[in-house]
Amino acid sequence: MLETLAPTDRLAAALEGLADDVDEATIRVVDEEAEWLTVRQGVVEPPRTTFDRGAMVTVWAGGGLGYAATADLGTEGLRAAIEAAAAWARATAGATVASLPPGLIHGGTYASPVQRPWSDLSVGDRLDLLRTADEGMAVDDRIVDRRATLGRRQVRSVLVSSAGGRIEQDFTFTYPTMAATAADGGDAHTRTYGRASFCGQGGIEVLDRFGYTTSARRIGDEAIILLTAPNCPTGTMDLLVAPDQMILQIHESIGHPLELDRILGDERNYAGTSFVTPDMFGSFQYGSDLLNVTFDPTVEGQLASYAFDDEGTPATKQYLIREGVLERPLGGATSQQRADMGGVANTRSCSWNRPPIDRMANLNVEPGESTLDDLIGGIEFGVFVHTNNSWSIDDSRNKFQFGCELGQVIRDGELAEVVRNPNYRGISRDFWRNLNGVGDASTFAVMGTPNCGKGELNQMIGTGHASPVCRFGRVEVFGADE
Amino acid sequence: MTAVDADWFDARIVAASSHLNSGELLHASLHTEDTDFVRFNHAQVRQAGTIAQTEIGLDLIEGTRHAQASVQLTGQSDADDARIAGVIERLRELRSQVPEDPHLITNDTPTSTHRISGGELPETEAVVASITERGAGQDLVGIYASGTVASGFASSRGQRNWFETSTFDFDWTRYLQADKAVKSAYAGFDWDNAVFDRKLAEAGVKFEALKRSPLQLDPGEYRTLLTPSALEQIMELLAYNAFGIRAQRSSQSSLLRLVTGEAALDERVRISEHTSAGVAPNFQEQGWLRPDEVVLVEDGQAAGSLVSPRSAKEFEVEPNGAAGHESPESLAMAGGTLADDDALAALDTGLWVGNLWYTNYSDLPGCRVTGMTRFATFWVEGGEIVAPVEVLRFDDTLYNLLGERLIDLTAEPELLVDNSTYEQRISASMTLPGALIDGMRFTL
Repeated sequence: MLETLAPTDRLAAALEGLADDVDEATIRVVDEEAEWLTVRQGVVEPPRTTFDRGAMVTVWAGGGLGYAATADLGTEGLRAAIEAAAAWARATAGATVASLPPGLIHGGTYASPVQRPWSDLSVGDRLDLLRTADEGMAVDDRIVDRRATLGRRQVRSVLVSSAGGRIEQDFTFTYPTMAATAADGGDAHTRTYGRASFCGQGGIEVLDRFGYTTSARRIGDEAIILLTAPNCPTGTMDLLVAPDQMILQIHESIGHPLELDRILGDERNYAGTSFVTPDMFGSFQYGSDLLNVTFDPTVEGQLASYAFDDEGTPATKQYLIREGVLERPLGGATSQQRADMGGVANTRSCSWNRPPIDRMANLNVEPGESTLDDLIGGIEFGVFVHTNNSWSIDDSRNKFQFGCELGQVIRDGELAEVVRNPNYRGISRDFWRNLNGVGDASTFAVMGTPNCGKGELNQMIGTGHASPVCRFGRVEVFGADE
Repeated sequence: MTAVDADWFDARIVAASSHLNSGELLHASLHTEDTDFVRFNHAQVRQAGTIAQTEIGLDLIEGTRHAQASVQLTGQSDADDARIAGVIERLRELRSQVPEDPHLITNDTPTSTHRISGGELPETEAVVASITERGAGQDLVGIYASGTVASGFASSRGQRNWFETSTFDFDWTRYLQADKAVKSAYAGFDWDNAVFDRKLAEAGVKFEALKRSPLQLDPGEYRTLLTPSALEQIMELLAYNAFGIRAQRSSQSSLLRLVTGEAALDERVRISEHTSAGVAPNFQEQGWLRPDEVVLVEDGQAAGSLVSPRSAKEFEVEPNGAAGHESPESLAMAGGTLADDDALAALDTGLWVGNLWYTNYSDLPGCRVTGMTRFATFWVEGGEIVAPVEVLRFDDTLYNLLGERLIDLTAEPELLVDNSTYEQRISASMTLPGALIDGMRFTL
């Protein structure tokens, strides 16, 4: 860290002497140091580092709720922020949709598991990793652009409450990417290393999870193959979905519609609403009985693992959908209170300068029992799609369309030719009800989506997703020349 | 007026420059804001507060080696001077570990600028009262943001640029039920309840039309009128990767076939980066000034690109004030001949689309775009609104929408201020007409 976080006694001192009408006040300090390295077309771009530090003060008073974000972590700066937040709380008393204080009295800590810290490698060594990846993708003169990047973030957060609670969490994130673009005249195709999804918590070992150091040539080769591959067939067929596409399918058509703040209407002016209504929980058949979806912040090394959310609620694994039936929403303590229903610990903020809202964290499809050979063998004619490159869904999270980087035809239970521009569309409920095969643990992969946008004020945050390979029946599939 | 102003920024750079070694050059960019925000749901307050933040970007250069950092500042001069000095030391050490950068160029003709705009902002509490009073009993959801936002650039060579504006944005939607709603926006310098009332009344007309039984249209091609707000969603997608020279030269631009000459738009289509007509700063983060206008598409053909300094060196062309991302910040599209008042009559029978949503590519090299209708979308017959329409997915190429099937563009393009607040309040806009299209393809 650039400097030491505001010490405990300073935070505690700032919370002393609160006005009599203040029911509770919290200070959430976030201190981040990040490094972003890029090698593009053999050129090392200037390294970028980020030093970001500040605090969000939240005050509950007299039935109102107010926030004040400041980067001035001196005692006077924090007290000024408390006064500003208290003024907002008083101004909104009686006019808010949510105002119950959290009563944060407990404590706890969390730290990302790091097997090999990045400090073991010099900047020069890290750049050499990227140079090797960049050069490895240069398999053909038709590769017109190559890029290898490495991001790493250390984020420490401290949440302190006037009620006595104190939570400290230290996160280490690693984000490796690489991409090769092959072009021929007015046609071009880009193949990537899982787009941006092969990220997670941890150090150098994150690179090994998907073979960063051994993937460059394959990525370059596949970009070239796509240039001359036939277009994806069009029709209603079976679709086999690789984990690096499943994560977007989960994210968009299960994650967002289950966010309780969307169900409560908070996001209708921006991110959207949901086709899910409160009465559906406990009975709605969201998918086939093969579908089991969990909120699981305990997965070691997954992008959005943590011990507490940003309201201080302890985070535990929960089933959201069990054997296809919808059980509970993605709603934190505030939303649970508003909706008078259960939820999970997922009230999160992207940084110190935004108030927390309901977000996905780790949202995973649990493994089933089919081997990959079983899944492929059960398809007479279909397509196996890999790596998301396009996503679109309506604001109620019903009508979706996704595109992938690479498809592979399955014919009579055997993998056949590679095809380009695989797209498919459908309606969320119908799609998940047509889930007819779930891969076993050998097909399971733990990934993340680092940039999920939501909220007003806008927030970009990382979410974790894990999935086995999954098979769906009766899907509308098409290519670019449909 | 933010506490962090041009003089304060100047003092930080003077202090920072004292820590430079001989031969070192420091470039600094700054974003600062002091924002009140109030988020509404059901015409009640969901979240309300204040954000004060100041981020400085540093680029420490020696010859052709450099390293960059962004640092959050506190607004306390002594503390921030010490923090910047510490980061300069870190950057010096980091720079020693990286090779020369063949794509680095610096501005050899630095020009200083200073621009402050905006008026006396309204008291947020008064605005909130106005909103909640008028919204009482309505299902109103949205965000009000207000305050001063400033961008700056400074170099140790003495260049200083400052762009400061004080504005409010109220972006809201009035819901009837489920996904049936009317979206509105009110942005400016001085809040006027009479203007707000007029906007509420305009939205009220469409809101009444939403009460009719919605139609479920089958997939197919429909004559369509896209409002400027709807077209904005398509242009926002294009803005990401269509117009930059790096994307174009590396075949990653969605307008690749326009650039290669394999495809064309309608000859009435003219698109430019029109800085002098927008709300974005007239300089970019490395201190290069922006010309008033850079023409990108002329007569339906590719006519230019956005060129950042880095790309200028890589591709051996002149830079034209583009930021590193090479996305337009003041995109403007010329209007056509269709008067706004005549638009419904010209549509005659078809779809009036108020907003689109979640656009993305079905086929990037072919510039085939998909997305959804959102909020108020109506079926029109004989130039009259008949009924709202259930959401539809479109999937069509830009070469159809603004090419072969373009009937006309509305005559008076509308300034659409970007109210994005990812990390910070954004100063950007688009100026767009509506588009009347003979056969837009809807698929779901």
